[in-house]
Amino acid sequence: MHQVSERSADWKALREDFPILDQQVHGHPLIYFDNAATTQKPRAVVEALRSYYEHDNANVHRGLHELSSRATEAYEAARARVAHYLGAVSADEIVFTRGTTESINLVAQAWGGKVLRADDVILLTEMEHHGNLVPWQLLAERIGARLRFVPVRDDGTLALEQLEQLLTPEVKLFAFTHVSNSLGTINPAAELCRRAKNVGAVTLIDAAQSAGHLPIDVQELGCDFLVFSGHKMCGPTGSGALYGRAEILNAMPPWHGGGEMIVSVTLEKSSFKKAPHRFEAGTPNIAGAIGLAAAIDYIEQIGRSAIFEHDAKLTSYAIERFAELPGVRILGPSGERGAIVGFFMDAAHPHDLTTFADQRGLALRGGHHCNQPLMRRFGLPGTTRASFYFYNTKEEIDRMIEILRDAARFFA
Amino acid sequence: MSTELEELYQEVILDHSRRPRNFGVLEKPDVLVHGDNPACGDEIHLGVQFGGEGNLQEIKFSGQGCAISQASASMMTMKLKGKSREEATEMARTFHDLVTGEATEQSKSLGDLQLLQGVRKFPQRVKCAMLAWRAIEQALAQTAGEATISTEAEA
Repeated sequence: MHQVSERSADWKALREDFPILDQQVHGHPLIYFDNAATTQKPRAVVEALRSYYEHDNANVHRGLHELSSRATEAYEAARARVAHYLGAVSADEIVFTRGTTESINLVAQAWGGKVLRADDVILLTEMEHHGNLVPWQLLAERIGARLRFVPVRDDGTLALEQLEQLLTPEVKLFAFTHVSNSLGTINPAAELCRRAKNVGAVTLIDAAQSAGHLPIDVQELGCDFLVFSGHKMCGPTGSGALYGRAEILNAMPPWHGGGEMIVSVTLEKSSFKKAPHRFEAGTPNIAGAIGLAAAIDYIEQIGRSAIFEHDAKLTSYAIERFAELPGVRILGPSGERGAIVGFFMDAAHPHDLTTFADQRGLALRGGHHCNQPLMRRFGLPGTTRASFYFYNTKEEIDRMIEILRDAARFFA
Repeated sequence: MSTELEELYQEVILDHSRRPRNFGVLEKPDVLVHGDNPACGDEIHLGVQFGGEGNLQEIKFSGQGCAISQASASMMTMKLKGKSREEATEMARTFHDLVTGEATEQSKSLGDLQLLQGVRKFPQRVKCAMLAWRAIEQALAQTAGEATISTEAEA
């Protein structure tokens, strides 16, 4: 990895850590602007996976042999790395999962299934990804709880003026996204947690779009749960974690049963380990956890503040350039936002636009972005989305604008 | 411009998508089918009136979607108007084969619709082309009433 200090990262050099970016797609240089879906992986992460499989691969926590000890040590070191990255008090507050969606399902089933009662209210927002909506719908249906939503204003921010009347004592959980995956809105997470706490509600932050993009400290945020995916922050797919405050995690029953999570088992009954191992039944994604730790090391060497600043500059430059295109509507707030620009172009449907762009080597995402209710709220069938990361450049944005201008001409 | 792109978005297709024919709402449809493609949010409302012999006397569609779905619907209504149930069913099968498999001797009966075979190179777009046809297949399977279809199978 290229050495960089927080303020003076050599972004061009960093780009070379991502071999995948150096290729032609349909005869044009690849421009990868689908980072909100998944980011690319630096050599350091690929190398960590390779090294683990080539030297240390074994099952964790059970083999009394050298390789198993190494694998266990690396796996638990990865847990500590995640804990430190999020500002958790201890590594025991980190449960490894397949990612954001599985983390939320874990909380919905284990915590929600035990604590929530009929007529309790689960407060969400209108901008939630289906991953932070459907698990709660399933839970609400099962136990007779009610769902309530913080509306989204036209500018893509949450209608905070309504929060007081929404946060009634029946609200037992407030789960919300940190950064919207289609609007780019950065929600005031610390304030939302504080206000939820005032009515005794437990809080869950969906950090899928923020964990690799801005500094996160669960103590400062004051949340009870925080969830994220490794693959959206340079890590391997199928890696991710749930942060939960120790006393909440330890009061939760298991959700998946199996090996690894038990203390003792008879034919009739079992007793379970403490968190986090209670929630990790079966052989975990050991390599994924190790790869995730390598991704965190990589990101931390650049610095999350530096990444945020770089991406913010890129995003405002993109928004500025979008204004030159005819008939384009940009979703989301005009001020500070994540590195995500969702837009709608009168001349072309998002899917036609995405196909057109792809033929010029430009990877965009077109569709509803797992945000069907939000698209309905804005009266759009879907949007086209460009999402950036620290290896993207202004030149790439210039090329995107050129391609979109050609598309507007082509479809008009 | 890439050749694939030109093949996919031929001038005739773009023309149909910009000015879809038989676009609108039938006042008294015998069958009304609401179709959607949840993968991309395209939707169609297809109304059909059957004539005395059971032929497709009148077809209209409304809704919104990408150029491919709009053009496919527009061209389909032009092609099927006046056809018997059997002919229309056969044509739907032929179109399905065209966009998912190989062009056959049969494909020629589709006329301009053959231009849509460009979607074969774009697997994610086949459903866009098929939406209107799924709707008409459903309409042909009944004689009256309303129905809902989707390009994704729902449990």
